[in-house]
Amino acid sequence: MNIKILGSGCANCVNLERVTREAVAELGLDAEFEKVTEYADIASYGIMRTPGLVVDDEVLLSGRVPTAAQVRELLAPRAPVA
Amino acid sequence: MSLAQRVGAGSATRRWLGLAGAAAVWVAAYELNVHLWDWLVFDVAGLDPESRLGSGVHFFVYDSVKIGLLLTGIIFVVTVLRSFMSVERTRALLGGKREGVGNVMAAGLGVVTPFCSCSAVPAFIGFVAAGVPIGVTMSFLIASPMVNEVAIALLLGLFGIGPTLLYIGAGLLVAIVGGMVLGRVRAERWVEPFVFETRLRGQVLDSTLGLSWADRFQMGREEVGSILRKIWPYLLVGIGLGAVIHGWAPQDLFARYAGAGNPLAVPVAVLLGVPLYSNAAGILPLVEALHDKGLPMGTLLAFMMAVVALSLPEMILLRRVLKPRLIATFIAVVAAGILAVGYLFNAVLA
Repeated sequence: MNIKILGSGCANCVNLERVTREAVAELGLDAEFEKVTEYADIASYGIMRTPGLVVDDEVLLSGRVPTAAQVRELLAPRAPVA
Repeated sequence: MSLAQRVGAGSATRRWLGLAGAAAVWVAAYELNVHLWDWLVFDVAGLDPESRLGSGVHFFVYDSVKIGLLLTGIIFVVTVLRSFMSVERTRALLGGKREGVGNVMAAGLGVVTPFCSCSAVPAFIGFVAAGVPIGVTMSFLIASPMVNEVAIALLLGLFGIGPTLLYIGAGLLVAIVGGMVLGRVRAERWVEPFVFETRLRGQVLDSTLGLSWADRFQMGREEVGSILRKIWPYLLVGIGLGAVIHGWAPQDLFARYAGAGNPLAVPVAVLLGVPLYSNAAGILPLVEALHDKGLPMGTLLAFMMAVVALSLPEMILLRRVLKPRLIATFIAVVAAGILAVGYLFNAVLA
């Protein structure tokens, strides 16, 4: 699973990455993290408020920092069936 | 009724009761504020209300609490109401709008859309890539920081409804006319080319979909916390300066040099305001104290608009998408609009 954190290094992006890493660890997912900081790339996802969370090229969240539990809910359906 | 439904209904009732309780506590605190400090400062501490120290200290503590309460209440209410709007919906509303109507809509939406100037760049790209004209986008970007909930909360509390409505009307006017002018100068020449090459892919996510009342209240509480954490130093410095002016500055000092009789007062206020980076929270206690000392409202509103609408950090951010020529034009157009507003209000309110 490919997880992208969209945002130009603001505090919110750091927080989003932290809660997402927590959620990934709790679910035991195998995920690679990527930071997208260029505005052109961020905007190309249709996001107008940072931070944004993109998983496998799909925008799951933008404009606010969720809790780790909310991220877990978003990611759970995407966990590969073992 | 299933157990889950009953639990859900119970927590919903508790939530609304909690809100009503919080509102009652808020009203009581707001009403008691002045009596509490009258008693503590003048009766318990024994300071003379007519003395400089007494009136300065009273101004500081009373204003700090009053402004804190106003900010808490209004930011919460505005955030909950705004959770029904989103930048995505605003962009959809503005797409394909012509200039004129588009500028008016954009300025109005700039007021009601939840938006932080830290997102000015992705929003600019998003709007332009979706076909919103540059001038219309600019109307949005001018109105959004100028007419914000913090400014409205403070104006309402310190000056009452009249000056608040004037400020909102003037802010919208500057945003509408400024955006129309920027739309006419072929500003496209001065936008970094990559903006036009940006292609939107995939499904655009509306970040407000599926929010419950619990989520909206939660957002309101978080927003109150995050804004207060961010602005309290500005607020205390502003109120402190206001208290010093209130208690110590001679009554006619400012009025003599910057009163209605001096035609240069408005441009000087705007020039002073542009490089000053603060927000409404830091500037309004100061504005209140200067108003008490006889400065005219138009000059003060122009000063405040220049401080909040034209900020250096936002310009530096916008440099990523706008060439220096457009940034300079943007500053010049908005400053000219603010100048006009200052003179107009001084003339009308005199």
